[in-house]
Amino acid sequence: MNIWFSYHWHALALAFKRLALIPFSTLLTLGVIGIAFSLPAGIYVFLENVETLSGQFSSGPQLSLFLKLNATQSEVGKIESFLKENPHVASFRFIPKASALEQFKESPGLAGVMDGLEGNPLPDAFVVTARDVSTETLKTLSRALSELRQVEHVQLDSAWTQRLDALLKLGRLAAWMLSVLLSLLVIAVVFNTIRLQILTMGDEIEVAKLIGATNGFIRRPFLYFGTIQGLVGGIVAWLIISLGIHLTDEPVKHLMQLYETDFRLYHLSMGDSLVMFLFSAGLGWLGAWLSVVSHLLKIEFR
Amino acid sequence: MISFSEVSKRYPNGFEALRNVSFTVETGEMALINGHSGAGKTTLLRLIAAIERSTTGSVIVNGQDVGRLNGAAIPFLRRNFGLVFQDQKLLFDRSVFENVLLPLQISGFESKAAVRRVRAALDKVGLLSKEKARPITLSGGEQQRLCIARAIVSRPSILIADEPTSNLDMEYAKDIMAIFKSFHQVGVTVLISTHDVELLGGTPQRILTLSHGELTG
Repeated sequence: MNIWFSYHWHALALAFKRLALIPFSTLLTLGVIGIAFSLPAGIYVFLENVETLSGQFSSGPQLSLFLKLNATQSEVGKIESFLKENPHVASFRFIPKASALEQFKESPGLAGVMDGLEGNPLPDAFVVTARDVSTETLKTLSRALSELRQVEHVQLDSAWTQRLDALLKLGRLAAWMLSVLLSLLVIAVVFNTIRLQILTMGDEIEVAKLIGATNGFIRRPFLYFGTIQGLVGGIVAWLIISLGIHLTDEPVKHLMQLYETDFRLYHLSMGDSLVMFLFSAGLGWLGAWLSVVSHLLKIEFR
Repeated sequence: MISFSEVSKRYPNGFEALRNVSFTVETGEMALINGHSGAGKTTLLRLIAAIERSTTGSVIVNGQDVGRLNGAAIPFLRRNFGLVFQDQKLLFDRSVFENVLLPLQISGFESKAAVRRVRAALDKVGLLSKEKARPITLSGGEQQRLCIARAIVSRPSILIADEPTSNLDMEYAKDIMAIFKSFHQVGVTVLISTHDVELLGGTPQRILTLSHGELTG
């Protein structure tokens, strides 16, 4: 245990020392890794925010049911009882044509429009809230409702949220693909920095082997080197995203106030951040491991 | 104990560095390997440390057949040796102290004890006052002594030195040989290759003479 600890301590110290020996190249590498990670992670944060925002705007799975103008009281009663018995309906509200007209007249700018008309041109209407948001349910319900007697038109109020959901799904897929590509990039970057390290440290590796170092002993500092680069790169990405949020938070807040919505941008959650750091450290380790395995074998004795 | 039986070494280019070499060096013995340059002295020492493998015959060190060890066992075989290389192989980006510390880090030595051992080894070769210096600032003789300090710091049972006195003045060379003799006196097996027998200064030592890859005496 003690020997194990001293080996790892030695390897970690050596890795930090080597990083500090080449500060400029270390900074560049960290920058590259950080930017590479900040792109997919930033997109992820953006999508999360859009989703939260759309949740605030949407009124849930609502349908508007407009009746024909000549619908009688008893026909309205039949539709009402149908809605009561339908298992897909969570709740509904009846808006008689008279009160619709009242509402219309109260709307600023529209009041005058109605004065020139004889009688009430507005139909009776129901506002129906479905039990769940799935497209399937909404479609079935809207078809069933449109087949009822005296129903003129069924309008799906939540259609736009569905379109947004589809867009978000697409965005998420794009973020995933970007993550995969940029992960490969990070592996390549670490692979290459370790390769250069190994090339400049040929003497040291040779001497260590000659005086009894195991392959593990030689490998370990390089693995730490790669892991540290990956981890710090992940932290840099986190900082880049924080900066982005800090810079856009005020304008977004201002914009949302114009829509009379109180909305603040969310950062990555604690869990998401942790996953990102672990992932970036893991990629660094993987890049280093691939590099060490493929280059260390080539160091031969002179 | 180091034992060669009918060992030959042929390189891929056809050059035969050793031919049918057999000898035994007992534990605690000191032996010199003498011969002209290119006689096979370095090859012989490299076979012992498993840096190269013999083409035929077997090399036995402490009861282990070196040629048959697998890759994972070789580092542990090498920890039995203190090696002084002909080209020294010092690390010039590390201090004198760190150069000597390396073998102890490799064998996972506890750090406080390691510091004591490094100082003791440097004291033995007279470099204690230069522990913070860079190897490049040392004289040739000092660099050679630094190599010896690195070879002895882990207290190996076998000390192997390849031409440790080449390129040194007679005075320095005698100092170096005296250090090796002092290790022999405390029971370490010592094997030194040299092309210069005069260094022995008349003391009776076992001498193995190589000529064109064959043991002649």
